[in-house]
Amino acid sequence: MLIGLLSDLCLLFGGLLCLTGGVGLLRLPSFFVRLHAASVTETLATVFLIAGVMLDTGWALDTAKLLLLIVIMFVANPSITHALCRTAAHGKYRPESNHEPQASHQQENQSSNNSTS
Amino acid sequence: MNEILGHFNYLIVVLLMMMGLYVVIASPNLIKKLIGLSLFQASVFILFITFGKVSGGGPPILSQQLTAYSNPLPHVLILTAIVVGVATTAVGLALIVRVYEAYGTTDEDEIDAMDNADDKPVV
Amino acid sequence: MRDLFAVIMLFGIFSFIAALLFLDMDAVDVAFTEAAVGAGVTTVLMLSALRLTQRYENVSHRHAGMALVVVTLTGAALIYGTLDFPSLGDPNAPVHEHVAPEYLQQTPEKIGVPNVVTAVLASFRGYDTLGETVVIFSAGIVVMLLLGLGRAEDFEQQEDILILWVVVKPMVALILVFALYVQFHGDFGAGGGFQAGVIFASGFILYSLVYGENHTRKVLPARWLPRLAALGVLLYAGTGMFSFFKGQVFLDYNALADSPVSGQHLGILLVEAGVGLTVFSTVLLIFYAFSGRRAVVHE
Repeated sequence: MLIGLLSDLCLLFGGLLCLTGGVGLLRLPSFFVRLHAASVTETLATVFLIAGVMLDTGWALDTAKLLLLIVIMFVANPSITHALCRTAAHGKYRPESNHEPQASHQQENQSSNNSTS
Repeated sequence: MNEILGHFNYLIVVLLMMMGLYVVIASPNLIKKLIGLSLFQASVFILFITFGKVSGGGPPILSQQLTAYSNPLPHVLILTAIVVGVATTAVGLALIVRVYEAYGTTDEDEIDAMDNADDKPVV
Repeated sequence: MRDLFAVIMLFGIFSFIAALLFLDMDAVDVAFTEAAVGAGVTTVLMLSALRLTQRYENVSHRHAGMALVVVTLTGAALIYGTLDFPSLGDPNAPVHEHVAPEYLQQTPEKIGVPNVVTAVLASFRGYDTLGETVVIFSAGIVVMLLLGLGRAEDFEQQEDILILWVVVKPMVALILVFALYVQFHGDFGAGGGFQAGVIFASGFILYSLVYGENHTRKVLPARWLPRLAALGVLLYAGTGMFSFFKGQVFLDYNALADSPVSGQHLGILLVEAGVGLTVFSTVLLIFYAFSGRRAVVHE
């Protein structure tokens, strides 16, 4: 009974975190801020969702597989975020505030426009 | 009402199919056409899997807890179709790469114009 | 939407949602394959093709009107056609009548494998699967002929990305072991040769994306891949020919061992191994072909 309630709470909380991450992804101003919001909330959300399913399954082989999945998510998600940030920095994005970073294609057009005007 | 709900999947399938067809017809970019074709293909997969579903049944893996199973035959067909689809998409992409290297553009209208400019008038 | 990068990403998301849809309709094997193939391999392939062509679409001068008319008429005709279809989940639909209950009944007696999809794929409809495997093999050969495989010396050393290097190394090992697990566990749960081949190739693709092409080509040289693919098809057809030479029908696994059921088990094992080998080699071959092609910059 208690385990069922705990499982429901974990699933609900994980869903709420996912929703928060989604709202952050859409509404925040620039790339790095959005990445931070999406990655942090969604890593924790996945962990809670899988934990909720684990509590529901009880003691079975599937629980060990789900535990392995949690470990993988905890390791892989931040590494993916790091890879994304690194690629963006390589492509000349900068975490400036109040300034929407342009794609490098349009940035070249802008800089050439600025130099001619 | 149950009839309409039961046919909702088919409506979605036809919508996706028509979206894919629209992309293939209306977009001049070759890669976008290929993506539209993959969209069309995905809608056909959904159609087949919809045919196989049996309400109250489970996945077609025999176990003690299930009495009814979904039809395994569409699953078999679509399983191979998905992997064959990615292989043929790869062939299409390889052709597009060669076309780009030959013509300098992946825009179908520009390629047509280049081809027509090369045509000699018939004597 | 003129940025094709965004279009490809959206297509990857669409494939993933389609996989969830398949899962909801009790098609676990199909959902597995669609997630591995659609959300993984297709995205990488399309991005590789994008690197070799142009990223932004030109402004289209076409009129959308004609296309909309055609699409609306076709859509209306198709919806009129679907009115006769059975409702979703109807157990009395004609599609559940003839062959499917037979397969569901005969699988425990004749083949003894819990996963009916694997039994149908490898045993009851083994001939179709042989054809599909040959199609996949031919597609790999065509891509190799069109693009060439590239050479290991053409790639410069990848720069040092310490975090990714440390994290990806055990992950690649895990992915390869998981692929082998899926290959051999396909008889009992969702899985089988197709999924396992794709996942095995994804492990190599991940390694190549992080560690660089020249490392990966030293691990698995490109010239081996067409040979491995051909070996997979040979394994499949060879199993069929073996039972042919034993006096039975082509691809009849009953002749492979002493009792028919263990013959079926052995036959399914060999055939799925052949499929997995061919799919893995072909997907990796296609990736090598795309990444080995030098980008030609056109103005």
